Amino acid sequence: MSEQAFISIQNVDKYFGKFQAIDDVSIDIGHGEFFSLLGSSGCGKTTLLRMLAGFENPTNGEIYIDGQPMSSVPPHRRPVNMVFQSYAIFPHLNVRDNIAYGLRKQKLSKAKRYEMVDEMLNLIALPEYGDRKANELSGGQRQRIALARALILKPKVLLLDEPLGALDKQLREQMQLELRALQRQVGITFVFVTHDQEEALTLSDRIAVMSEGRVLQLDTPSGLYERPRSREVASFIGTMNFFEAKVREAKGPDLVVEAEGLGTVRGNSGERHFAEGDTVQVAIRPEKFQLSEAKPNGGDPANAVQGRVGNAAYLGERSHFFVEVAGGGKPIAVSAQNKGVKSSSDDTAEDVWLSWTDDSVVVLATD
Amino acid sequence: MSNKSYINRPNRPLQIYAILFLVFLYAPVMFLPLFSFNDSIYVRFPLNEFTLKWYGELFHREPVWNALMNSVKVGVATAICATGLGVFAAKAITRYRMPGKAPMVGFVMLPLVVPGIIFGVALLVLLSQLGVPLSLYTVTIGHMIICLPFSIATLLPRFEGFDGSIEEASADLGENAWWTFWRVTFPMVFPGILASLLLTFTISFDEFIMAFFLTGTEPTLPMYIWGQLRFPQEFPSILALASMIIAASFVIVFLGQWVNRDSAFAAAKKGD
Repeated sequence: MSEQAFISIQNVDKYFGKFQAIDDVSIDIGHGEFFSLLGSSGCGKTTLLRMLAGFENPTNGEIYIDGQPMSSVPPHRRPVNMVFQSYAIFPHLNVRDNIAYGLRKQKLSKAKRYEMVDEMLNLIALPEYGDRKANELSGGQRQRIALARALILKPKVLLLDEPLGALDKQLREQMQLELRALQRQVGITFVFVTHDQEEALTLSDRIAVMSEGRVLQLDTPSGLYERPRSREVASFIGTMNFFEAKVREAKGPDLVVEAEGLGTVRGNSGERHFAEGDTVQVAIRPEKFQLSEAKPNGGDPANAVQGRVGNAAYLGERSHFFVEVAGGGKPIAVSAQNKGVKSSSDDTAEDVWLSWTDDSVVVLATD
Repeated sequence: MSNKSYINRPNRPLQIYAILFLVFLYAPVMFLPLFSFNDSIYVRFPLNEFTLKWYGELFHREPVWNALMNSVKVGVATAICATGLGVFAAKAITRYRMPGKAPMVGFVMLPLVVPGIIFGVALLVLLSQLGVPLSLYTVTIGHMIICLPFSIATLLPRFEGFDGSIEEASADLGENAWWTFWRVTFPMVFPGILASLLLTFTISFDEFIMAFFLTGTEPTLPMYIWGQLRFPQEFPSILALASMIIAASFVIVFLGQWVNRDSAFAAAKKGD
């Protein structure tokens, strides 16, 4: 366990019968960090969160929170609180009693309790809602009550199980901002589970991308986006163009490869090292390509290829083009910002040049 | 929009069938109150004068009141025990993963379909082998076997009707299993508990076969009634007594259904 790690998940396995839900996961999470577990449904992210809360126990391995091993600690004694996917608001209690639920053991006077609840209601911007019944609340309000109910206990860690999943798009984006602001304000560690990659990128300090019970990559949002370490991560987060390629020259992580459809490409393979002659994949994000009508002769004229625009989609602030190049397989997805004023006559197929820079190239192993 | 869609347009034959069904079910029962107000010791038409004397006579018969009290005692004890056990069973069935759950639930619910006479004889044999004297206690044990499945069947929709994460939330907020039960589970299933108490009391109160095998020297009310059928002059007041029991049963069962009326909706709102 590293010195600064506040939550340390060490070599954890979890089996449900014969099914392995978590496969040798080790994660260290720092104090005050906004940490996300990202993955599609069934990848084990919720199971991992429920193990942090104590609702499930690891089959193998150990979870430490604040230096304490958690295996033998039941949920009601853990220094963590959770916001459930369904919010789990107590339907028989009003908003005030919901928020004050966890305060019973602190043996506070009623006045003090109410004061703390009112403070929380202000924090979540629902000051007049104390006497409302649980069934009179909207989804966004329930979500905030669930948050307040957990935060009033001043947990060391707040666990959030897809708390924004049930909200509509606009409310979700607003709650994302509020959640992030709140986390900075209270300064406690958030562990956030989501299947929405955009949400994870927006909110998190670091993200663990999970699939089939394993962590594929643990990185910052920009690290995941710019330097994915596998095709799975690269295609899960954002859109990515992949090209089959063969290594021609290898100097440590710096490679020169021959890519199908792109020609000679220089790129960096990060921690993976390849030898001459290895089959690899080249990955380039759609927005890293420059589109131009004339052959680009500035900067790096070698990194260019000519193609023909097949399909184009106008999305307002940006357009998506699918460019077909000679010797390439799938059309290349290109995303360009619409800076100039666009007229409909521009949409016809035309010959274009695509260019890219060396640092936008990611070299991955073939699957 | 027309409200006469395929599914809810009036269906005359079905309505007639429903009415015939109810008549067939309840018409015989209605003869009890009818003849209990008839001024004759013979149950036959034509009716004589209207009278309340059979009801009046009832109030002066000591054994009736003793039997009634016996039945109330057994009923209350059965209702509390069966419902108490039913709460634990329903919680276990809905909340815990356990091996062999389905067959276990099947065995618990079996008394619904096994004739009472089988259980009655079996219990009688067992108790006499153990040397336990027959009394109101033994009747209560027999009634608990019969009432437990009814209690579980009443409580299950209540437990299924609320999201298990509500109990997890309570644990997460620092309450152990005991406090979680009292602060969350109990208030949420309370209408179901009330309904179960009323239903199991009614079943125990009316039950005859188990009581027949397991009663000692103190008869329950159905046992007493059965005993009185040999004396024709007692019959009209038995009718009066039966009428009162029917009325009370109706009230209690309807009350139980009414208290528990939103359990179906609670199930639909799960995950809300």
